[in-house]
Amino acid sequence: MERTLSYVEAIREATDQEMERDPAVVVFGLDVDDPKAIQGTTRGLVEKYGPERVFGTPLSEDAMTGVAVGMALAGLRPIHVHIRMDFLMLAMNQLVNVAAKSRYMYGGQVQVPIVVRSMIGKSWGQGAQHSQGLYSFFMHVPGLKVVAPATPYDAKGCLVHAIRDNDPVMYVEHRLLHFQKGPVPERLYSVPPGRARVTAAGKDATLVGISYMQVECLRAQRYLEDAGIAAEVIDPIWLSPLDTETIVESVRKTGHLCVVDNGWSTCGAGAEIVARVAEHFQGSRAIKVKRLGFAPVTCPPTPALEDLYYPNARTIASAVFDLVNGKGQSWQPEERRELQEIEFKGPF
Amino acid sequence: MTERFYRSLYRIRRVEETIAEVYPTDKIKSPVHLSIGQEAVAVGVCEALRPKDVVFITYRSHAAYLAKGGDLRKMIAELYGKATGCAKGKGGSMHLIDAAHGVMGASAVVGTTIANAVGYAYAVKLRRRDQVVVSFFGDGGTDEGVFHESMNFAALKGLPIIFVCENNFYAIHTHQNRRQKLANICGRARAYGMPAERIEGNDVFRIHERVRDAVGALGAGASGPFFFECLTYRLKEHVGPNEDYHLGYRRREEAEPWIAGDPVRRLAAMLDGARRARIEDEVEAEIRDAFAFAEASPFPEAAELFTDVTET
Ligand SMILES: Cc1ncc(C[n+]2csc(CCOP(=O)(O)OP(=O)(O)O)c2C)c(N)n1
Repeated sequence: MERTLSYVEAIREATDQEMERDPAVVVFGLDVDDPKAIQGTTRGLVEKYGPERVFGTPLSEDAMTGVAVGMALAGLRPIHVHIRMDFLMLAMNQLVNVAAKSRYMYGGQVQVPIVVRSMIGKSWGQGAQHSQGLYSFFMHVPGLKVVAPATPYDAKGCLVHAIRDNDPVMYVEHRLLHFQKGPVPERLYSVPPGRARVTAAGKDATLVGISYMQVECLRAQRYLEDAGIAAEVIDPIWLSPLDTETIVESVRKTGHLCVVDNGWSTCGAGAEIVARVAEHFQGSRAIKVKRLGFAPVTCPPTPALEDLYYPNARTIASAVFDLVNGKGQSWQPEERRELQEIEFKGPF
Repeated sequence: MTERFYRSLYRIRRVEETIAEVYPTDKIKSPVHLSIGQEAVAVGVCEALRPKDVVFITYRSHAAYLAKGGDLRKMIAELYGKATGCAKGKGGSMHLIDAAHGVMGASAVVGTTIANAVGYAYAVKLRRRDQVVVSFFGDGGTDEGVFHESMNFAALKGLPIIFVCENNFYAIHTHQNRRQKLANICGRARAYGMPAERIEGNDVFRIHERVRDAVGALGAGASGPFFFECLTYRLKEHVGPNEDYHLGYRRREEAEPWIAGDPVRRLAAMLDGARRARIEDEVEAEIRDAFAFAEASPFPEAAELFTDVTET
């Protein structure tokens, strides 16, 4: 029988099962053992595995990242957890200059199998420093793998793969996805890089939605049905290494590509995906492309501007409509209640 | 002095209590980090500062913002996300700013503004300005590397800065003793080469006196920095309007001595009834006005999304 778990439960289960299987796996980070247990994703682990393998840390992201690297060099498989992605900025030196490079730089003598879990927020008045999707920073760096699962199934499978991977993996979660529920097998399975997933089939346009934007894209696909456009929706799942092939195959069919990023467009994941597809075709197939992402400004906390800042199902549908039918049609679907955004209530 | 201090303490307390009341209505869509219980630190410190002095604060800084002279109407409007807010609705509760009154900036990322305050102090020294900088941060902030690097530099350069650690013992739900082997924040400061003193944080007069002396010394040409660790206590949850003793990370009994020593009540008892009632009435009227102002204010226009943007 198929089980349904939340994204949070899927992460918890993957961590639990991997810790059980492999005594080298340790979990640490600010608040992993506190009463809220990182939204519940680390609940019960300290009771089960003890405070040597599961522990909270001082507020020292930079040093603790370096510590994770050191642990990994000695054979552990640390999972370092950050309740917000913004805090990774404090650990850039260790991540970019050490974790990503060590295996290469030492001629293959060492490995750094660390997992860095971090969460993206959505504004709800949190503003500038708590609403950023910064995964493209890490996609830029060879030596770092980046994954942004959108479903509970992938949350578990990708985390399992990340833990077993011998290189550093940046594992990116979105707070809104934490609420999602879906089928998750109890058995241990992994979702490795190399395969993007077609989450809705269509022939007129290819929609690639990253992280939480996968949810909005699936809603946009329904809106587009009403306008007579059959959009194919793709979840890249792993952003680095990226499965370009699945996207290329889709665009070969549809001729229209819209990438919806959960971050800014400039130098973003969308830019990379569009560039790869364009490079692939080199004019052999006429294609039209579009990137959507956060407005190119600092995230505004006021609800009045927040709506304009984030892409949503209707603005995505509208952009795809223009892509397919030519610019400036200014079609935007009527809000459909049953497709509305899931409730996001603060405080966070 | 007692009257002035009481007014400021009572005002901050009542502003935050009103925020906690309004919060469940969803009119304030911005996470609030209340400092109920910690007000005496902000008041004691800021009352010792001159209008030209500046403070750098954290996300838990309604108290310091108000104590330093930040505009109450603009603060509440900012929490409401209104165009009339102190940052036009673009800062939110965690990024209060009032440059005209020397409230120079807050960061949601712990420790960040410590270095910014040190940089400001460097500029003050370079320009030979008669100005003092205060950097507020929590005990959690002292875990961060930036704290240590900033302290070292400030001491090295003899900067006119006063570090104020508001030690409420917790970083979210984690006690200081689970993050630091020794409870010796002052000792760390001394190790970098500056005088450091631990003060009971409910004692607004003591804090005021010590900070005033430090400001005076810096004004007279003494070399900084100075460091104060003020022991205090947060009575509400880390973020949000409620209490959180049920979570189990701390016991209610732990709060009792702090409630018993509540500076708002302590000072209230020092004033005669009529004077006190007058202060309270005035403050209540001001608070009603500020919330009404925030309610009545417009949200920013859509075009505002693209103002104050760095062209790229
Ligand atoms: C660099 C960084 N790491 C983690 C956090 C998450 N966080 C937010 S508030 C907080 C506690 C900080 O405690 P303290 O500095 O003592 O200040 P307090 O909240 O007690 O006033 C933490 C860990 C953060 N905001 N920034």
